Amino acid sequence: MIETSYIYGLSGGLVIGIAGAAILLGNGRIMGASGILGGIVDGTAGPGRKQNLLFLLGLVLAPWIAVLVLDLSPTTQITNYPVVIIAGGLLVGLGSRIANGCTSGHGVCGISRLSFRGIAATVFYLFAGGISVLVFKHLLEVI
Amino acid sequence: MRDAIATVSGALFGLGLLISGMTDTRRVQGWLDIFGDWDPTLAFVLGGAILPMIIAWQIAERWTAPIAGTDFPARPSQEITSDLAVGSLIFGAGWGLAGLCPGPSLASLSFGGWEGLLFLASMVAGMLLAVPAKRLRVQTQ
Repeated sequence: MIETSYIYGLSGGLVIGIAGAAILLGNGRIMGASGILGGIVDGTAGPGRKQNLLFLLGLVLAPWIAVLVLDLSPTTQITNYPVVIIAGGLLVGLGSRIANGCTSGHGVCGISRLSFRGIAATVFYLFAGGISVLVFKHLLEVI
Repeated sequence: MRDAIATVSGALFGLGLLISGMTDTRRVQGWLDIFGDWDPTLAFVLGGAILPMIIAWQIAERWTAPIAGTDFPARPSQEITSDLAVGSLIFGAGWGLAGLCPGPSLASLSFGGWEGLLFLASMVAGMLLAVPAKRLRVQTQ
């Protein structure tokens, strides 16, 4: 029995991959969300700044328009504990910039290029993510 | 041309994240919850995303330059540095805790409520903290 979520996952995944292929073959850029946002945040984007901003504009606006046009009501189901949100955000921002990539750059773009660095990063963050859910969900029960 | 490609790529990325369910923190945490009620959906997302990218990398090897750019990204050093390991472990811990990574936190901004905004603000603060953190690591090495 194939769950509907798997079909949505695969279809959405294909669209993500096409987005990455477009910016790679079009502009010669790696589609890494933390790098694109981080370059603007810390000023290291250089001449790529405008491109980064437009990418982020599309990234924020397209789902918004889709939700309005198709009358969807998606939810992130994120916790409403401010401490958990702040800690999570700080760790994600800090870690992805130190590692120079996150799920999109190291994961999607790195693995598909058979980059050893991308594969290693993915193993590290999946391992830490699994431990994090184990500790905070099952042991401490805060999420 | 370059600007149009960047905008369209960002838009497709956002739509893909929405369709795939990556903007739902429960689904992400369900994937990481290998000791609980494991949800394999994210494997389909990653698998689906990798397929067009494998083809794109193959095409990139045959082309001399991208359509609207000067060159393709050079293959980075394949060394597993401590920055890569430590950074990915920190990132993964936060990903599991909140259930959001950078892409989905932006894609869900319009419907994520104050929680989504707080996450984004904290993530930006974390990115700013990475600047002195990296400098400190260079000095101590």
